[in-house]
Amino acid sequence: MAEVTVHGVSRFFGSHAALQDVSIDFPDGGFYGLLGPSGSGKTTLLRMIAGFDFPDAGAIAIGGEDVAALPVQRRRIGMVFQNYALFPNMSVFDNIAFGLSVRGVARKETRDRVEKAVDLVQLSGLGARRPHQLSGGQRQRVALARAIVTRPQVLLLDEPLSALDKSLRVGMQIELKRIQREVGITTIFVTHDQEEALTMSDRIGILRDGRLEQEGPPAEIYDNPASEFAATFLGDANIFRGTVDGNTIHLADGTCLHCREALPPGTRAACAVRPERIMIRSTAGPVEAAAMNSLPARITKRIFAGNSITYLLNWQGETLKAFAQNTGTTPFDEGAAVTLHWAVESTIPLS
Amino acid sequence: MTAAPPPGAQHSQLRPALPLLLPAYLWLTLAIFLPLSAMVFFSFMTDLPLADRSWAMTLGNYAAFFETDLYGRLLLRSLRLGLEVTLYCVLIGFPCAYVLAKVLKGRSREAIFLLVILPFWSNGLVRIFSWAIFLRGGGVIDSALNAVLPFEVSVDLMYSYPAVIIGLVHSYLPYMVLTCYLTLQAIDDSLIEAARSLGASRLTVLRRLIVPLAMPGLIAGAVLIFVPVVGSFMEPRILGGRSGTFYGTVIEDQFVAVFNWPLGAALSFILLAVVLAVLALAAPVLRRQT
Ligand SMILES: Nc1ncnc2c1ncn2[C@@H]1O[C@H](COP(=O)(O)OP(=O)(O)OP(=O)(O)O)[C@@H](O)[C@H]1O
Ligand SMILES: [Mg+2]
Repeated sequence: MAEVTVHGVSRFFGSHAALQDVSIDFPDGGFYGLLGPSGSGKTTLLRMIAGFDFPDAGAIAIGGEDVAALPVQRRRIGMVFQNYALFPNMSVFDNIAFGLSVRGVARKETRDRVEKAVDLVQLSGLGARRPHQLSGGQRQRVALARAIVTRPQVLLLDEPLSALDKSLRVGMQIELKRIQREVGITTIFVTHDQEEALTMSDRIGILRDGRLEQEGPPAEIYDNPASEFAATFLGDANIFRGTVDGNTIHLADGTCLHCREALPPGTRAACAVRPERIMIRSTAGPVEAAAMNSLPARITKRIFAGNSITYLLNWQGETLKAFAQNTGTTPFDEGAAVTLHWAVESTIPLS
Repeated sequence: MTAAPPPGAQHSQLRPALPLLLPAYLWLTLAIFLPLSAMVFFSFMTDLPLADRSWAMTLGNYAAFFETDLYGRLLLRSLRLGLEVTLYCVLIGFPCAYVLAKVLKGRSREAIFLLVILPFWSNGLVRIFSWAIFLRGGGVIDSALNAVLPFEVSVDLMYSYPAVIIGLVHSYLPYMVLTCYLTLQAIDDSLIEAARSLGASRLTVLRRLIVPLAMPGLIAGAVLIFVPVVGSFMEPRILGGRSGTFYGTVIEDQFVAVFNWPLGAALSFILLAVVLAVLALAAPVLRRQT
């Protein structure tokens, strides 16, 4: 096992910068979720760690050793491709055994290790099949078994679950996490599904237009997004813009919102509020406590989702969003005038 | 378990296709089956059924093949020629197709592709005679080499076995390049990357992945080349001169020079049978490869 260090890496395709000065430490044995919109450079970064592509600037090290001169086949990586890339001319067994046989592992040991990998991904009895005779989920597990059977230092996963339907996907997420924990391998997982990234990763990095926007443990990024992009890309957020005065933001209509930290004074800035932190009261309700922000709004839409209710609200022509638990109280009607309350603690200043 | 197709399912699929297939079958009947059956008929005759000649049915034309060892030797020589030309086409055509399909991109690919299929567009005779200019002593190659080298050399390949090989390889190479190109292009790049990430060197990837996946193209190309080369007569005659006597030229002689169509037809059918037998023998081996 080994940690992966990416330091100041840039990659240009013509004049277009696919990656620009990206530095990330992927901790040893950790599960790192690489998140970002389409075209943000996730695959490009992964391919450079694998050795299929090379940075125009910066350095990549695996296990403390610079890999600039190390060809793909000597980097000891395992990779699962988005389309699985199983060898169609080989059986499931031969697919998984491929990495061992090219390394000259003895026949008997190969058989044992393949068997173990097959058990790990719960594919026993399918060894003789060809890839085209497998379901999508089975193919994905073969790809995973093939990638880990060689005991690589690093496991690279490029949106491996994106082709699966929802229920299979959740099952595979749990499976993948179990296998990763069992083997204890440094894993870098590319996805553009924020929920997948949040539930599976120990750490998350958000890429945007080839730059690292923010990085940290999932809860930290979710609770403390550093930018409007991070706030809206990872989870839902209501954004309020205004001018700064200490830790207060004056909105255009004169309302003051108190943030939990001070902002650089005098500038225009924004703050974010997660929809689940907003409480809705009927306007006639009790007066709010001191450490609260409040806004008047009108409910425009109510979306029932079983365990929760999503309200879309109109404030000053802007649409806000609030989640309420389905606790059995009478829900608010569409068109009702209400007051929104939330704690100063939940008001996140954005630079 | 998938359900077995209901009886007659194949029929019901065939019937709507029948009007579409009819022209093809009609054409096949007219263009191949009729002349071929005429030839079969000829091959059992003592002489051409012309007005002033009498003829009878005979097996003599086939027997002639076995009466001297000349035809057998020439047939072996032609089979060897077919194998050699096919081999050279594989050795040159496969790497060429690989570069076209996997290395070159965009404009340069189009340009090289054009160069490869250019022989297809030129007349066969023109092609062969232009080789003659190159290969003969005091020809282009000869003069060019002597202009560069300090010592005198004489490259006279004209009227030799190598000249025949060069001419045939040039004529038939595009088949191999095209069939291999098609199968190679269908191989997903991520397969190659996956193999490399699993620790395979470029050579191992070629041996274990690319060649097996390209095998259908290699086989198709080999068959497309081997079969006509075994019966070829134009290249051997023009470029081979006196050493250009092959089974194909003998058949041509029967039709064009000696005017013994029955013997020519019989020799042709023996060739057809031998080629089919060779392909049938090779089939299990080739099938195992894919
Ligand atoms: N070989 C290439 N040649 C030119 N441009 C490229 C090449 N590969 C990637 N790019 C560009 O680099 C940028 C980043 O691409 P990349 O494939 O890393 O995106 P991604 O984050 O993986 O997106 P997605 O989520 O859609 O897979 C894109 O704008 C893409 O067009
Ligand atoms: Mg991608």
